[in-house]
This record gives sequence, C-alpha cells and structure tokens, in this order.
Amino acid sequence: MKTTVIAGCLALMSIGAFAQAPAKPAAKAAKKAAVAAPAAAAPAKDAVSAGIDQYREMLQDGNPAELYEARGQELWKKVRGPKNASLEKCDLGLGAGVVKGAYVQTPRYFADADRVMDIETRIGWCITQLQGIPEAEVKKRPFGSADKPSEMEDLVAYVITQSQGMKVNVSTAHPKMKEAYEVGKQMLTLRGGPYDFSCTTCHGEDNKRIRLQDLPNLTKKEDTQRAYVGWPAYRVSTSQLHSMQWRINDCFRQQRFPEPKYTSESVNALITYLAVSANGAVYNGPAIKR
Amino acid sequence: MKTLTLSLLALSAGLLVSAPAAADPDYRKMAMEMVKRDFQPKGIATLDRLDHDALQTVCNRYDNNPPEQLMKLMEADQLSTVKLPADGKLMGDWKAGDKLAQSGRGLTWSDGLGTAVGGNCYNCHQLDPKELSYGTIGPSLLKFGKLRGNTAETQKYVYSKIYNSKAFNVCSAMPRFGHAGALNEKQIKDLVALLLDPESPVNK
Repeated sequence: MKTTVIAGCLALMSIGAFAQAPAKPAAKAAKKAAVAAPAAAAPAKDAVSAGIDQYREMLQDGNPAELYEARGQELWKKVRGPKNASLEKCDLGLGAGVVKGAYVQTPRYFADADRVMDIETRIGWCITQLQGIPEAEVKKRPFGSADKPSEMEDLVAYVITQSQGMKVNVSTAHPKMKEAYEVGKQMLTLRGGPYDFSCTTCHGEDNKRIRLQDLPNLTKKEDTQRAYVGWPAYRVSTSQLHSMQWRINDCFRQQRFPEPKYTSESVNALITYLAVSANGAVYNGPAIKR
Repeated sequence: MKTLTLSLLALSAGLLVSAPAAADPDYRKMAMEMVKRDFQPKGIATLDRLDHDALQTVCNRYDNNPPEQLMKLMEADQLSTVKLPADGKLMGDWKAGDKLAQSGRGLTWSDGLGTAVGGNCYNCHQLDPKELSYGTIGPSLLKFGKLRGNTAETQKYVYSKIYNSKAFNVCSAMPRFGHAGALNEKQIKDLVALLLDPESPVNK
C-alpha cells in the first residue's frame, strides 16, 4: 500500500497536482464513505481531476497524524516545568481537565486571560500557567519540521483528535467574540503588500484555482466549512503536521506580507471568522493532504 | 505625477467623508490597527509593506468597486506610472517569457534578495495549451495574440497591463509587476512575446 501511495503521489506531483482530503478517523473505516463524500461534490471531471480524486482516496488509508496524537497524549500527561505539573488540569473552555469536544468550541473568550484564544493559544496559556514554563519558551518554535515536530504540534494533534465526529460550534454571544469575528471578516478583504493581495484575492470567488489547487471561497459558508475542518492537517509533500496558526501564517507569506506574530490577536481574529463561518460542520481531523 | 497622486488622495479623502462605506468602518479600522500591531518583519518582507498607497486605500475603502469618477482618475494616474522601453521595442523572447511565466517565486519572506522573481502567470492564467497545471483566478489567455493580433497598439496594451494592471482595471486582482519593481523591462518584453509572438505556443 505504501508503495502505491508514494507512486501515486509522485505521479501527481510531477504534473504539479494538488489534492486535498478530509482525514479518515483512526481505525474507523466504516466512516470512510461519508468522509470522502464532500470531495466527490466537485464539478465535471477531466482526466487530471479524476487522478486527483484517486490520489485523495489512497490518502485515506493511513494518516501519520496519529503518531503526533500519541506523542501529544504522552506530553499532555507528563509532569514538567518549574511547577512540576502536567496539563491534565488545563481548562480548554469546558472546565478543568475536559479535552473531549473542546476543540470544536474554540476560539473562545477566556475570562481568566481576558482574550479570545484559539486552541493553540489556550494550550500555550496552560503551559505557562500550570507548568510555569515561560511564554517565550512556548513561542520559540511553534512550527516544527519533518525531522523534528514541535511539541505544540503534538499537543494540538492530541487535543483536536478528541473532537472527532463533533460539530464546530463557536459562539459569538460574548462581545469579544463578536468583535474578533467582525474584525477577522474585515481582515480577510484588506489588500496590501507589493502585490496588492488580500485573502479574498484568491479566496473570494467560487470555483477558482491556483495552478491545480482548488481554492475555497472563504466568503461562503459551505466552502469555509470544508476548508476549516481540513486544518490542521498532515501534509504528505512536507511530511509533517501543520496547525491552523501555521496555515494562516503561510497564507500571509504567500500574500507577500510581513509575518503575523504567533497566536496574535490578528491571527486569532481570522481563525474566529473562519470557525464561526464553519459552524455546523462535522470535525473529523486531523486531515491529510497532498 | 506627485501632484496628481496628492490631489487624488485629497479627492478620495473628500469622498470618504461623503460616501457611505461598503463595510462597517469601525471593524475595518480595528482590523487595520490590529495588523499594524501584530506583524513583524521577516527576511525581505519588511513592515513598510503594511503601508497602503493611494490605490490600495481606495480599493480597500470601496470594496474594490470605487465610484466611476474616482475610478477613472485612479486608472489615469496608474497609467502615468508605466515606463515604456526607451528603444521602443516591446517584444522580447517568448521562450524566456514562458520560463518566467512558469515561476511563482519571489518577494515572500522565504525568498532571498537574490531570488529571481517569477511572472506567476500560470498561477492564475491558462497560456500554453500543453501546460495543464494552470490557475483560473484570471481569464484564459489561450491564443491571446491570434485573437487580438500582434499590432503596435496591442503590444503597448500588453506591456502596460503587465507593468501596471491597475491602469486598466483599478482594483484588479493582478499585481502591478513593473510598478512594484518585481519584473524588469526585459522580463516584461519577454512576457509580451509569450502572449503575442505568432511562434509562441500560446498562439499555436
């Protein structure tokens, strides 16, 4: 199987093809058909897109994100830091120690920190508060490499996996959440940089592509739902798991902007806009992509 | 040039007060302030990239759809930035143009100062029919020269369009490659040839 996947992968890469696929939940092959369904809703197929579909199907058969999840679970329970504590008492929004279902209800306003936090921001907060590890240490290397994944990527993989099968459910009832959503929505269309790009230059219309990469229209609910539950994802082409903070960071890189600071208000506002727009979508990640 | 830009700014500022905004002004303002706070320079991507020029200000303000009068003035202003080649020759080498069209590199924080900047053409446009990996954000340019004719007028239009796309469509999604200093005179000439030369695969 591995050989087939790699061969299929190389064949498609050679023509610059990109594929996206929602993940198969660990050892839940029964869900496979249902999970693969959104991808099948594409418009008329030519030979190239048929090839991409075949590649997507092959990707369903094993997701290395499970390795990240296992490491993350271990790290979650590990006693460490100046306060000699684990993260098991971390409050991700549903009460101290509740991990199940927490991810799909973030970003969220946390009164103790008095700010809107996405899942990574909150995990980082718990590391500083519960374990006493300095914030600078948490932010030092949030995005890992194929050879050396970051601890945050492992922790994220563990936490988000505990929301599999649940619907995205992010409330804007709190004024700070409403504000983050509205500001994020504005940020999406803000043009700038040497190429005059905004997010919506590429993500503002239906059925557009860069090369062969399909682009979700992030001003529309259906597309945003599909895009949002597609991240974080394990990327075959880079052999690593990428978080949502990374996804936004790399969008700005391609937009030719300077770098948004990790877990900054700006990034969290954009993630809040995406999450709220994706409300109702069933989360089955981490996803696996080309 | 400078005067026109300034008077345009004054004009747009006047319209800003009188015209209703497309977006809620408070959230838009908050978003702009937040971006200023939250971004840091990285590699060649310095913070001055967050400063909006008059065109970006207008397109942001009017959701890419400014009033007719302002649009015409802005387009004329953008057209005045186009520097046509001194030798009067607008057509280069289509082969070099095709190579350039393939590359989407350049100007990101992971590119170096020495990184050759690509034309990014295939990212958004169909050109050579044999290249199946093309984007669709811009229109298909298949047989562009065959359909438009390789006249002096068309050459001037294509050169100017690549140099500053906003001269013809003020809030176009296409970058201003010449104006932004991303592509030089020779490179733009090569791209003109890719689109208009009868020998170019685009026109086969």
